[in-house]
Amino acid sequence: MTEKADTEVGNEVVEQVAHLARIQIDSDSVSNYASEMSGVLQLAAQMDQVDTSSVEPMAHPTHAVQRLREDVVTESNRRDAFQKIAPSVENGYYLVPPVIE
Amino acid sequence: MQWETVIGLEIHAQLATQSKIFSASSTQYGAEPNTQANAVDLGMPGVLPVLNREAVRMAVKFALATNAEIGRHNVFSRKNYFYPDLPKGYQISQMSLPIVGNGVVSVELEDGVVKEVGLTRAHLEEDAGKSVHEDFHDATGVDLNRAGTPLLEIVSEPDMRSAKEAVAYAKKIHSIVRYIEICDGNMQEGSFRCDANVSIRPAGEARLGTRSEIKNVNSFRFLERAINFEVERQIDILESGGQVVQETRLYDADKDETRSMRSKEEANDYRYFPDPDLLPVQIEEELIESIRKTLPELPDARRARFMSALELSEYDAGVMTSDRYTADYFEAVVKKSGASAKLACSWISGELFSRLNKDGLELNASPVDADRFSQLVERVHDNTISGKIAKEVLDKMWSGADTADQVIEKEGLRQISDSSEIEKMIDDVIAANPDQVAEYKSGKDKLLAYFVGQVMKASRGKANPGELNKLLQEKLKG
Repeated sequence: MTEKADTEVGNEVVEQVAHLARIQIDSDSVSNYASEMSGVLQLAAQMDQVDTSSVEPMAHPTHAVQRLREDVVTESNRRDAFQKIAPSVENGYYLVPPVIE
Repeated sequence: MQWETVIGLEIHAQLATQSKIFSASSTQYGAEPNTQANAVDLGMPGVLPVLNREAVRMAVKFALATNAEIGRHNVFSRKNYFYPDLPKGYQISQMSLPIVGNGVVSVELEDGVVKEVGLTRAHLEEDAGKSVHEDFHDATGVDLNRAGTPLLEIVSEPDMRSAKEAVAYAKKIHSIVRYIEICDGNMQEGSFRCDANVSIRPAGEARLGTRSEIKNVNSFRFLERAINFEVERQIDILESGGQVVQETRLYDADKDETRSMRSKEEANDYRYFPDPDLLPVQIEEELIESIRKTLPELPDARRARFMSALELSEYDAGVMTSDRYTADYFEAVVKKSGASAKLACSWISGELFSRLNKDGLELNASPVDADRFSQLVERVHDNTISGKIAKEVLDKMWSGADTADQVIEKEGLRQISDSSEIEKMIDDVIAANPDQVAEYKSGKDKLLAYFVGQVMKASRGKANPGELNKLLQEKLKG
């Protein structure tokens, strides 16, 4: 099967995806994830076999369309409440470790 | 080797809505940090984004103004990356089904040539917050007021061939978004931001060279400088046998240089996928037609009309249509003053603009509005005052609330056109300067200017210069 090669997820792909998502994973479980992700891709490849030429592509499982909101400001300032749960704030700013560009 | 420069621009225009794109927080600029960031903007769990109708309308308006395709079926996607000013860990944007598709913008270049620049697309997305690095000890401060402000990201084809062309295109887009009132265009406040994709290739080569993306350019002047610097940098690299690296570079205006912003191995992989929180958006024909009705006369059409109907030169028509406010001001002055368009234009672009420049003001903050200004131009037009006196009148109007007529009345500046009154002043001057009269009569024609000056002085600048010249020459002959 030609799909085989496309659905094969290697350890380095798992590590890369984990890095992009900023997820820490055990080195022991990397190959587990690799085979699980391969399984998911194989499922997708299998579904790819179905003839969908007469089916509209969809981005959402329901056929509803987005309701729009009027452009009106209804929110008031609730900074104090929000900042109560922040680890560190100063002069109204949320503080994070220094970001150097 | 001859190198060809290739530039494409990505322009982020903040849409001038009252509330944010997915929440009902205010988008007002300049508020205290984090006072305009609600639970949706902060990315709290369990919140649901709801799309702002006005943001959609504004994007469609832009498509209509640039004859671009309108994406009837819109999908919002998540663009995933981590940065402290992006609390959700993703930006809601549009990927494969944007609201604005292919379009074309005509750009007038300095030499009068009109260049067509292709629009690839424009899509709706939310702005991120702001990081402040300077004010905190060993920490970065995050202000999320800007998070969720609606943006229209306008992407051009790589059609520009010089920094000047890129600036002309950016100015054109700037003019369009302000004309159709979807963006205030304030570059200092970040309402209108340009990123430039710059590459070079040997002249005649069809393939594109490796590009770098320049960010952080907040004026047209810096855009031109940043691109020119980048082109030189890439030429130096290629001519010394090196390779241009695809990367994001930051323009540093103080040093007038670009520098690498993110290292290559961190090349972003945004893993876009449709946002499950937002349903697809359908743009119905009805909506498009209702927006089409609100479109004002666009700069190109207005410029052409100023040239054909008002007989302005191409240059003047360009200046008078550079933004909508100027064009409205100019048209109001022409209409109210009854003066020629040429006269109105020269007073606006000359005396009015120079005073605004001096005071660092935009036209919409001018101390003299179109109403008051048109009376001044009218008084020049009907010869009540000379151009020279009009400048004095304008100075008085600038610092006070009087109309031109009130100033002219109070200061007694009405032009003297009554020939008997002027003749009397001429007689006095001739009587007081017998030596000069003799010299003039013996052929020293240049002395005429001296007599004109003397009579003008006697009239305190109020004598009608045409009348004065005529009468003086007659008198001196006799």
